[in-house]
Amino acid sequence: MSDKVSPLRRPAPDGGSALTAEVAGLIVEALNLDVAPADIDPEQPLYGEGLGLDSIDVLEIALVVSKRYGVQLRADSEENVRIFGSLRKLVDYITAHRTK
Amino acid sequence: MQFLAEVACLAGRLGDGRHVLNACADRYHFAVGLGACLARAKVTLLPSTHTPEVVRQLRAFAPDVVCLTDEAACPIALPQVGYAAAPTPAAAGAVPQIDPAQLVAYVFTSGSTGTPVPHRKSWGRLCACVREESVRLGLAPGCAIVATVPPQHMYGFESSVLIALANGHALSAERPFYPADIAAALTRVPRPRVLISTPVHLRALVAAGIQLPHTDLIVSSTAPLAQQLAAEIEQRFATPLLEIYGSTETGEIAARRPTQAPEWQLWPGVTLSQRGEETWAHGGHIEEPTRMWDVLELTGAGRFLLHGRIADLVNIAGKRSSLGYLNHQLNSIPGVLDGAFFHCDEVRTSQTGVARVAACVVAPDLDAARVLAALRDRVDPVFLPRPLLFVARLPRNATGKLPQEALRALAASHSGPATVA
Repeated sequence: MSDKVSPLRRPAPDGGSALTAEVAGLIVEALNLDVAPADIDPEQPLYGEGLGLDSIDVLEIALVVSKRYGVQLRADSEENVRIFGSLRKLVDYITAHRTK
Repeated sequence: MQFLAEVACLAGRLGDGRHVLNACADRYHFAVGLGACLARAKVTLLPSTHTPEVVRQLRAFAPDVVCLTDEAACPIALPQVGYAAAPTPAAAGAVPQIDPAQLVAYVFTSGSTGTPVPHRKSWGRLCACVREESVRLGLAPGCAIVATVPPQHMYGFESSVLIALANGHALSAERPFYPADIAAALTRVPRPRVLISTPVHLRALVAAGIQLPHTDLIVSSTAPLAQQLAAEIEQRFATPLLEIYGSTETGEIAARRPTQAPEWQLWPGVTLSQRGEETWAHGGHIEEPTRMWDVLELTGAGRFLLHGRIADLVNIAGKRSSLGYLNHQLNSIPGVLDGAFFHCDEVRTSQTGVARVAACVVAPDLDAARVLAALRDRVDPVFLPRPLLFVARLPRNATGKLPQEALRALAASHSGPATVA
C-alpha cells in the first residue's frame, strides 16, 4: 500500500483554500494545539521555529494524513523536511499523492 | 573488511584530542566512528540531545572534544571532522584487540542542577551486556537489525550498534521514521530480520495499518508497552515481541515477553535491592550501583514487576529528564521570576500515546515566543511545555513547595493567554 504513488507525478497546484483549511484543522485536532486552524500561516515552517512542531508531532500528522487521504508518507530526511516545510507544502504533497 | 579499512582511515583523521562527539545520523557511519575511537583509545561522548546549551557544557567537560558528523551543514558549535568513506577499499588490517577495561564512552543524563551527569562505559562491560541481550532475544548469528532509534541513545547504542559488533549480526544503516519507511527498511534486509523500536513507533505502525514483510522478532524499549498493544503487535505482524528494560546508567538489565508474563527477568549477575523506598541495581555488567528511577517490585530471584516512573521523572518518547532539571532551566532564563513544569492530567487523544509536560511561568516582561526560544536553546524540543501558561504567581504552599495538584488546578482554571510550543 505504500507504493501506490508514482514518483513521476508532480504536485498539482493547490486548487483552493478548502483543503488547506481542512488539513490545518486536522493538525490542530491531532496535536491538541491551542491555535485556531485559520491562524496557521500556510507559508510558515511547521518544524522548529515556526509552529514549533517536533518529530513526534510529525509522526502524529503522518498518521492522520494516511487515514484521511490514503497517503503513506515516505521520506529520507531531506524530503521529510521539505514536506513539513510549511502547511502549503504539506497540502501540495497530499494533493499530488492522495488516494482517497 | 571494508569496515576495518574505513575504521583505519577515519582513525587517522580524528586529531589528537581524547573525546569525540559522534553525531553521525547514518548508523554505519556511527559504527565506523565508534570503531575509529576504539582503535585510538578515544572516548565517545553521547549526550541525550545536542542543544546549544548542552554543547557548551560538553566543551566545558572535555575541552578537546571534536564533533564527528556526516551532515553537510552540521549546526553543532564544535571543531568538526566530516565523515568520509575510505577512498579505495584499502587492505584492512587485523581486527584490533580492545582491552576490556578501556573507557569507550560517557553517556550523559540530565541531572537536576543543570549540569549533565557523565556515566562511564567500558568495553568489556558493554560487550557482556549485549552478548547477553543477543542470547535473551534468541538471535541466531547473522541477524539483520533494523532500528528506529538513534545510535546515540543508550538503547540504540546497545541494541543496534553494539549488539551487531559483539555478536556478528548485521545492521541496517538507516533510521526509518514513518511506518512505510520501517516496512521498506525491513524489506531491504534478508531474514532473519529484527526490528528494534519503541512504543511510539510501534503504535504508529499499528495505527497506520501497514503491512510488514515477515519479521522474525520485534523489540521494544524506552517505555513499557501496554499488554493489549503488545498482543495486537504480535498478532498483526505474526512475530514475537520482546521488551527490554534498562536505563542510561545501567544499560539493559532485563527483558520480558509481555504477552506471556508481566514479570521482567534480570540479566544474570545483575541484582536489584531495596534501600528504603528506593530500588538499586548492581552487579553483572553494571559499572557502579545505580538507583533506578522507577517503582520496581521484586517478586523473586532475578524477577521484578515495573509499576511506573517516580513522580519527578519525565520520559517522553525515550528522552529522559526530570521536573527538577526542567524547572532549573526555566528559572535560568533572564526575565523569568518563577516557573514550574508539571505533568498534565489531560490524556491527549494521541495516536502515538505520547504525553507531554506543561509549565506555568511568572514573567511579566516576556512573551511566549521569547520564553520558548530560550527554552529551545536549553532543552530538547520534546520537553517544550504544552501548554505554557503565564500566571501572576505560582500556587506555592506555606512551605514554599509547589504541589503538582495545585499546578494542574491552576492550569485547569486558567483562562488567560496560553500558548503551545
